[in-house]
Amino acid sequence: MSSLSLSLPGPARRAAFGQIVLNEARLARRQPASLIAGVVMPVVLLVIFGAIPSFRQPAADLGGLTALDVYVPILIVLSLGLLALFGLPMPLTTYRELGVLRRLSTTPVPPWWLLAAQGLVQLCVALTGIVILLVTSITVYGALVPKSPGALMLSIALTAAAVFPMGLLIASVAKTATGASVIGRLVFFPMIFFAGMWWPRELMPGVLQGVSGFTPLGAAVEAMQDSMQGQFPPAAPLLVLVAYALVFGFLAKRFFRWE
Amino acid sequence: MGIPQIAADPRLDARAGHLQEAASGGGRPPLNGAASTSAGTVATISRQDGAIGTYGPRRAASRPAVEIAHLRKTYGELVAVDDVSFSVAEGEIFGILGPNGAGKTTTVECAIGLRPPDSGTVRLLGLDPQADRDRVHEAVGVQLQAGALPAKLRVAEILHMYRSFYPDPADVGELTEVLGLAGKLKDYYKSLSGGQRQRLSVALALIGRPKVAVLDEMTTGLDPQARRDAWALIEGIRGRGVTIVLVTHFMEEAERLCDRVALIDGGRVVALDTPAGLAARARGGKSVRFVPSVPFDDRLLTGLAEVRRVEREGQHVTVTGTGTGELVNAVILALHTAGVTARDVQLDSSNLEDAFVKLTGNHPDQEGAAR
Repeated sequence: MSSLSLSLPGPARRAAFGQIVLNEARLARRQPASLIAGVVMPVVLLVIFGAIPSFRQPAADLGGLTALDVYVPILIVLSLGLLALFGLPMPLTTYRELGVLRRLSTTPVPPWWLLAAQGLVQLCVALTGIVILLVTSITVYGALVPKSPGALMLSIALTAAAVFPMGLLIASVAKTATGASVIGRLVFFPMIFFAGMWWPRELMPGVLQGVSGFTPLGAAVEAMQDSMQGQFPPAAPLLVLVAYALVFGFLAKRFFRWE
Repeated sequence: MGIPQIAADPRLDARAGHLQEAASGGGRPPLNGAASTSAGTVATISRQDGAIGTYGPRRAASRPAVEIAHLRKTYGELVAVDDVSFSVAEGEIFGILGPNGAGKTTTVECAIGLRPPDSGTVRLLGLDPQADRDRVHEAVGVQLQAGALPAKLRVAEILHMYRSFYPDPADVGELTEVLGLAGKLKDYYKSLSGGQRQRLSVALALIGRPKVAVLDEMTTGLDPQARRDAWALIEGIRGRGVTIVLVTHFMEEAERLCDRVALIDGGRVVALDTPAGLAARARGGKSVRFVPSVPFDDRLLTGLAEVRRVEREGQHVTVTGTGTGELVNAVILALHTAGVTARDVQLDSSNLEDAFVKLTGNHPDQEGAAR
């Protein structure tokens, strides 16, 4: 894993990585669990929420936003969270169970390339889901156009950086794909609760809202919501995301099990 | 499967040729001998150039392909490999044989750099697999025990991906032709039979044109026909000059394929010899079994220098030799002189399996059943 000095020349090395990404993408298409979780589900929820007339009315307790406006960032973190906590670790644990990582470690290619390829594919699925969500919410349901797209992109990037290493850590802790899915659920549901999936942050009591701001998906929603409304997000939620990214990035690198 | 067959084995001629070549430093690739004397289809396959290892007309094996000295590896309290030393010559098929938990797989994993040894040295083609991981992995093709692949990838997709990892890979079309997978390129991995998966696994071990191929339990779980096909395949690969390290627990396989065998037990090499040499160690002497035409006195045979003992079981007489002299000739001659004719003569010679049982105290069949 430590070795980067593949004797393949640069272009051949990129081609080799490209081949791994290509096959991971094929698998993502042929076993569409992560496409369903990362793209179909958030969009279907958007359509359902959009069909409720009251969701499209500005509400005073939401600070003049519509419920749909409030839910767009929540659906974005739903997509990212599902892909990071299920889409990423499930294939990786399966690969470890099957011996794919072990076989790869007998080739000149370092096995972490497979992790990187898998992460890249899941990230592409997430970005596809996010773009479809934003475009549909704006064009079909007249939701808020992000006023600060740069801040939104930064928030999305930091969210991904915080939650994807959690998925890697789940893949390390779990011995089997089934175990990974159980741990994933235990971690995911509290996180998506604090993101406001069932009870938007704006309506949470003060204490709960405070806690939410320190959870990865709660901080993510806070940062994205602020970006949508045109302010550059306050430093707090972004710092929370950075802290999660650093801690879980370190843990994932330290504890990832290849076999 | 006995000594005469091994002696007549073309590989030995090939090795002789190889040595000759080494001595004269002549121009003919030494391993052509092996290719041209291999049986049937294998020989044809071997002569086509290019699909599998190209290792060319390498001269004298001044440097062993694999060299392991005093290897030791422990997992906590458990000493998996205690003190293992052996070296594998270039172009050789080297067998690693032993009961379950003997340390075979750990030895191989240290040899290819998957695990760092606690102590001892490992050299593959002169390189330290820990320090030179990439160069070692380019030159060594590995087929590990029980390595599956993603169910929903097609054979061709898997092969092209692994092909891209190597600087000078084999041609997918030719390789799959040789391995009998040509018609399966568009099939998903999950739809392949056990034998086809095994051949794909071998294909992945060979796609980088390795100089050394390490095959761990490659025929475990195959039906007898598929196993024989795999053997022909291995002989074909060697015909191209690839050095092969074969981990196995099938006696017949080691006897049939290997030039030399290291018998590992309890983390140590308990014996290292040719299959015939190992079998000879287990032999308390050959034995000959027959039905005499008329009764005779045992002393007629026990008095012979070649005979250790005479046993009777019903009408059968079993004569065990001392291992010196020509037992059969001596027995038949003595009987003939006394006017006795031997009918239904059967000659038993001990084999590698006897050696395995004798040297490890394990029975290979029990081990197979325990899997």
